[in-house]
Amino acid sequence: HSFFPSCLLIEEERHVRANDRNYNDKFFYADNHIKTSKYNVFTFLPINLFEQFQRVANAYFLVLLILQLIPEISSLPWVTTTVPLVMVLVITAVKDATDDYFRYKSDQQVNNRQSQVLRGVLQNEKWMNVRVGDIIKLENNQFVAADILLLSSSEPYGLCYIETAELDGETNLKVRQALTVTSELGADILKLAEFNGEVICEAPNNKLDKFKGTLYWRGSKFPLDNEKMLLRGCVLRNTDWCFGMVIFAGLQTKLMQNCGRTTLKRTSIDKLMNTLVLWIFGFLVCMGVILAIGNTIWEQEVGRSFQVYLPWERPVSNNNAVFSGFLTFWSYIIILNTVVPISLYVSVEVIRLGHSYFINWDGKMYYGQKDTPAEARTTTLNEELGQVEFIFSDKTGTLTQNIMVFNKCSINGNTYGDVYDEFGHKVEVSERTACVDFSFNPLSDRKFTFHDSSLVEAIKMEEPSVQEFFRLLALCHTVMSEEKNEGDLLYQAQSPDEGALVSAARNFGFVFRSRTPETITLYEMGTAVTYQLLAILDFNNVRKRMSVIVRNPAGQTKLYCKGADTIIFDRLDPSNEDLMDTTSEHLNEFAGEGLRTLALAYKVLDRDFFEEWMTRLLLASTVMENREQRLADLYEEIETGLLLLGATAVEDKLQEGVPETIACLTLANIKIWVLTGDKLETAMNIGYSCNMLRDDMNEVFIISGHTAAEVQQQLRSAREHILGLSRVSNTADEEKTEMFSNDSVFEETIIAEYALIVNGHSLAHALEPELEQVLLETACLCKTVICCRVTPMQKAQVVELVKTNKMAVTLAIGDGANDVSMIRTAHIGVGISGQEGMQAVLASDYSFAQFRYLQRLLLVHGRWSYFRMCNFLFYFFYKNFAFTLVHFWFGFFCGFSAQTVYDQWFITLFNIVYTSLPVLAMGLFDQDVNEANSHRYPGLYRPGQLNLLFNKRQFFLCTLQGIVTSFLLFFVPYGAFSLGVRADGLHLSDQQSFAVTIATFYFICLFYCFCLRSCYCIGLDTYYWTAVNHLFVWGSLAVYFAILLAMQSDGLFSIFPSQFPYIGTARSCLAQWSVWLVILLTTAVCVLPGMAVRFLKTDLYPTLTDKVRRLQKASRKQGPREQNLRRVRRTSSRRSGYAFSHQQGYGELITSGKNMKVVHLHLAPSDKVRALCKQVRDGLAPTSEERAPF
Amino acid sequence: MPKKELETANRPDNTAFTQQRLPAWQPILSAGIVIPGFVLIGLAFIGIGVALFLTSRNITVLEMDYTGVETTSDCYKCSAGTLPNCVCNLYFTLNETFPGTVYFYYGLSNYFQSYRKFGASRDDNQLSGDTYYFTSPLAVCTPYQYDVNNNPIVPCGISANSMFNDTFNLYQLVNGSKTVPLDGRGIAWWSDYNIKFRNPTSDPLRNAFNGTVKPPFWSKPVFELDLTDKSNNGFLNQDFLVWMRRAALPNFRKLYRRITGPDYASGLPPGNYTIEIAYNYPVMSFNGRKKVVLSNVSWMGGKNDFLGVAYLVVGSLCIVMSMVMLIVYAKFKFPDDV
Repeated sequence: HSFFPSCLLIEEERHVRANDRNYNDKFFYADNHIKTSKYNVFTFLPINLFEQFQRVANAYFLVLLILQLIPEISSLPWVTTTVPLVMVLVITAVKDATDDYFRYKSDQQVNNRQSQVLRGVLQNEKWMNVRVGDIIKLENNQFVAADILLLSSSEPYGLCYIETAELDGETNLKVRQALTVTSELGADILKLAEFNGEVICEAPNNKLDKFKGTLYWRGSKFPLDNEKMLLRGCVLRNTDWCFGMVIFAGLQTKLMQNCGRTTLKRTSIDKLMNTLVLWIFGFLVCMGVILAIGNTIWEQEVGRSFQVYLPWERPVSNNNAVFSGFLTFWSYIIILNTVVPISLYVSVEVIRLGHSYFINWDGKMYYGQKDTPAEARTTTLNEELGQVEFIFSDKTGTLTQNIMVFNKCSINGNTYGDVYDEFGHKVEVSERTACVDFSFNPLSDRKFTFHDSSLVEAIKMEEPSVQEFFRLLALCHTVMSEEKNEGDLLYQAQSPDEGALVSAARNFGFVFRSRTPETITLYEMGTAVTYQLLAILDFNNVRKRMSVIVRNPAGQTKLYCKGADTIIFDRLDPSNEDLMDTTSEHLNEFAGEGLRTLALAYKVLDRDFFEEWMTRLLLASTVMENREQRLADLYEEIETGLLLLGATAVEDKLQEGVPETIACLTLANIKIWVLTGDKLETAMNIGYSCNMLRDDMNEVFIISGHTAAEVQQQLRSAREHILGLSRVSNTADEEKTEMFSNDSVFEETIIAEYALIVNGHSLAHALEPELEQVLLETACLCKTVICCRVTPMQKAQVVELVKTNKMAVTLAIGDGANDVSMIRTAHIGVGISGQEGMQAVLASDYSFAQFRYLQRLLLVHGRWSYFRMCNFLFYFFYKNFAFTLVHFWFGFFCGFSAQTVYDQWFITLFNIVYTSLPVLAMGLFDQDVNEANSHRYPGLYRPGQLNLLFNKRQFFLCTLQGIVTSFLLFFVPYGAFSLGVRADGLHLSDQQSFAVTIATFYFICLFYCFCLRSCYCIGLDTYYWTAVNHLFVWGSLAVYFAILLAMQSDGLFSIFPSQFPYIGTARSCLAQWSVWLVILLTTAVCVLPGMAVRFLKTDLYPTLTDKVRRLQKASRKQGPREQNLRRVRRTSSRRSGYAFSHQQGYGELITSGKNMKVVHLHLAPSDKVRALCKQVRDGLAPTSEERAPF
Repeated sequence: MPKKELETANRPDNTAFTQQRLPAWQPILSAGIVIPGFVLIGLAFIGIGVALFLTSRNITVLEMDYTGVETTSDCYKCSAGTLPNCVCNLYFTLNETFPGTVYFYYGLSNYFQSYRKFGASRDDNQLSGDTYYFTSPLAVCTPYQYDVNNNPIVPCGISANSMFNDTFNLYQLVNGSKTVPLDGRGIAWWSDYNIKFRNPTSDPLRNAFNGTVKPPFWSKPVFELDLTDKSNNGFLNQDFLVWMRRAALPNFRKLYRRITGPDYASGLPPGNYTIEIAYNYPVMSFNGRKKVVLSNVSWMGGKNDFLGVAYLVVGSLCIVMSMVMLIVYAKFKFPDDV
């Protein structure tokens, strides 16, 4: 075979030779260094400036600056654009530098993690120095540094355990096993250092569950698959050490390949802003052309003859008028530059930064238990939080805490777990409810809490059924125990449910202490009892139960069985019917509370029968043909005539406030889709306990087809079902049918509630191009959508599907590395912080510790941000138009000569100093509705989703308003002062006075507007005046007058006579009564009409905001009135949410003893049985390592 | 204790600012405020409007065009601009007393002092008495920076070159003609006269202007503008200052003189008057117009009907709007339910 020595070619397969750096270096594989920062000290300035000048507005100002240096057209001195431009560039550069510095820090943190690399001897190396082909040593609970091939481990058979929560979100342990040939290397450093196997494998890709490769070593070939790989992001568990060879490093690891590209997220407002800036350019050019034509005509008609006093520069030239027009065009481009909002981007960024800080500072999004505040990691997306329509949520760790809690149980017809007060009323269990004291049991787990003390009393009374109940829990499982110190037990469970049950038994005095392949040792109420483990009848999806057959020291053989209630109930002894009914009732009750239930039963086995059965089992397990089926039949045979013990109820503990949050977000018209890697049952269970699925839903569609055709069929029929039913019900109501004239409206108004649940393998088909539309349509008709067994890439695909087709803002929230791609894809990514893994948080835009904070993030911060940003933009464009267009009107009176109306200093400082602060204050502090009401009326979120507050229509309105205002600003003073005379008879209509008066009019008018303004469509007043607003508004006004007087003062003039020609004008003008009268008039004319319209509008067509504001005001007068959201009640009465969240059990590994470190045989069981058992085990044990067939 | 502090190290500060709970004033446009507010504003505006209108009505203005477009006009002979030192007369009759201090303005129409180049073409350094710029005026003064012999022009630029140079004398025709004294002091802005414009410090003044030439349109150099009053020369000449304060609009008036003579301090008595005009300033070529305006002033300045009328209109509209709002409000009350 040939290989490619150059990295220029696309890598098709990978050749890695262990411990051979020279060989591996030929291929230029990526090293383990990760870099997400953009600049370094030297590249910062050029790259950053280059990036900044890619912004249209900045580039424009650069061009403008050059234009201003040409004396012929320089209508304004160059300072006027330089000052704002430099300020904008500096502020942006500082912000970019800080952002990049933090990225650099987090890169450093990951890159500098330590790992042990074999370089002749073991030595500590930073992660970034790990190379492909290196052999590295991992220790228990360490993160895997790169994608490595497992060579050997501390456990027998080269097994090792990993937790892949970071990759796929599953927290159960997974087993990886090294090849036998390599596992023999053990921890022998010398042998490992000599190991020179060569791996030829697939090129880097993002498939987490597939790996294909071959190891060539000592002349033999060994096939490699995913079972021998440890991927970056996994954590080593229950394994003291292991050695592995690096196959993929750094950005080429599967984890990183799954992360997708980092794309700069931009909000829809951003895009709108860019469009508007381009329109403004267009507008500017139009204005320039109009004025230039005006100038040409004027020069032709008037200027030609006015040459007596105003000579043309080239009087001979025929085309002088046209040439003058051409120059005027550029001059006007310079003068009208203030219409292009240079400080727009920087102001928007300052506002967003402020909003981000408000999120960081929010005490109500701080999670005390983990000391984690909320964090806005991206500061550019805030207003989009107010427009979210779709939320994609992970389940494990996001909706749930990923903690299973033994919550309730039913033993022999009695329920335990509820707490009652002295009057016999049920008490809501809270943090403060007294916990049961387990001090009688030295081996108890401190973290375990239970609130019903009657169960402890029962166990102390030594009630046999209760004892048997817990004995079953302690025996019937596949949990592994680890005892580091005496009494310090640590359980490693395959699923958290099992762990919860075994822990419960432990605390109630039936402590599972240790196990060997053939025995289980319990401490029953303080005394050690060793049971012989005769058989494990393991769990699988069809059986939905597991059993163990044990022999107690007394020699009694018993079968203990736990499983789904429906399955167990079918196999009960008829004598149990009464108990079954009671237990069934209890199960209903448990399920209704969203608990995961299991029924427990046992059976005493007749010794002879058992031995005969065991023989048959042995036989069946040796035949090759139909083995599974025959074993299943045998299991079936022995698991009959069971005696019911009771039932357990385990709570998959939701995070605090999840159902309430979901209910509230649903009321805000946000659709929540759950995308989880978990099983269907688990996902549905959580759906029910979160109130996303309810019994009163019309239909829950489950899509689980295995072929594209099946999936299509299922989706189609679901869709037709929904549409059909709703149409029928609507035809009865004629008014409604008229409303639903088209489908999109129809979609919004379906009254019936449906849910759609899609399985992972079906989703793969449904996401194909030809089916995705059907999927989307169907999903959007449903209230609830749950996708289970979803891979990280599928999560991203689902998000992408909605994002591109629905034109809606999407938000993804998750906690694990498996959510990273979805978090990156969605418009907004939210990470749950305070967990072990950081990948999700690092990829996210916002992070906080609890799902419930999402409500506050969206309904309060998001809504405010959106509202403030829209107000800000409207106001910003308005002020610029009103300011600049005065020049247009003045053009008619100055021969279109690009004469400015204002003082050059006013133009320089206008955007940056005079008007920025009040607008910023509004953009930062404005609140239309307070936070309590934002929560109480989720309907207030609607305008953001519909993008009502700022869109192109609003922009036209604000342009129009700006034009009208500029017209009034110019012509009211014109009317009043065209032949104006001061009170002492001196003339007042000179250019400078005019400039100062108009500027002052403009300014005061702007501030009046600011206080009282209103707009024709939506209320855009500054609703909310804090001390800071007051400070900024009055401060700016004061600063204006201060600067005005200072710029026109005697002192400055005497230093720079030609820079400050306006000396004395302000004093002269502002001393005139008539000037103030005109200011009053202009302000009134600008403000009052809007105010009247606004009043009429609120009166005739009040928005929800108006109503809430009125209520808010009224309630403030009455004093605070607490009104909590109704607590969401669970009404579900669903059954059979059974608590097995894993798939195939560990039974085989246990009985084969493969995962046992030391095998102690405490008791010698009867020889015959032992022999039988051994035979059974050998027959059952899978060939876990397969020799290469070649 | 330190442990506890550590645990809450990241807790955000609980201040009104960080938690966005700053006390705030939240105005709401309720009917109780808006409708009475409009009525009050309306009434106030109507009041101001009436006051302004009456004040404006009481101001007397007499405006006379003397461009000489019509052949009947005495100035017709001068308008062609062919006669040097042409003098013409403008007669007018007052039937009643022209009350108060009377101000004498000249007015120009269709005259674009507001053109950018017109305004920009001046050297403020020169005008503030900086003799360095006497020898090298700023380039913006072109084409009146240097004359053909490359001598610097002082004051340079289009603004100064185009200075209005018609002069007026007013006579009352009683028993022959009696001169009405015109006072040319204090007609420029205080800040212009005292700060912005400075003469170079030299005695006699003309020494400072050695090596410079007068603007080409001028008949006299700047230091000899007023031969009767030595202090009224150079850049501090009142007429020069008035001209250099550039008009914003193409139709403008500038103050020429105040009538303060002892017999005329409280107004011009009825009778016949004549204004003797030294017609030097050509405007016919660009269709310009020249006027003389006699006017008195009030506390709000000169005659201006616009402001009063505007106040009246806005005030009335406010009242009308308040009526409309009242009707609407009575018919459709705010729905209180949410």
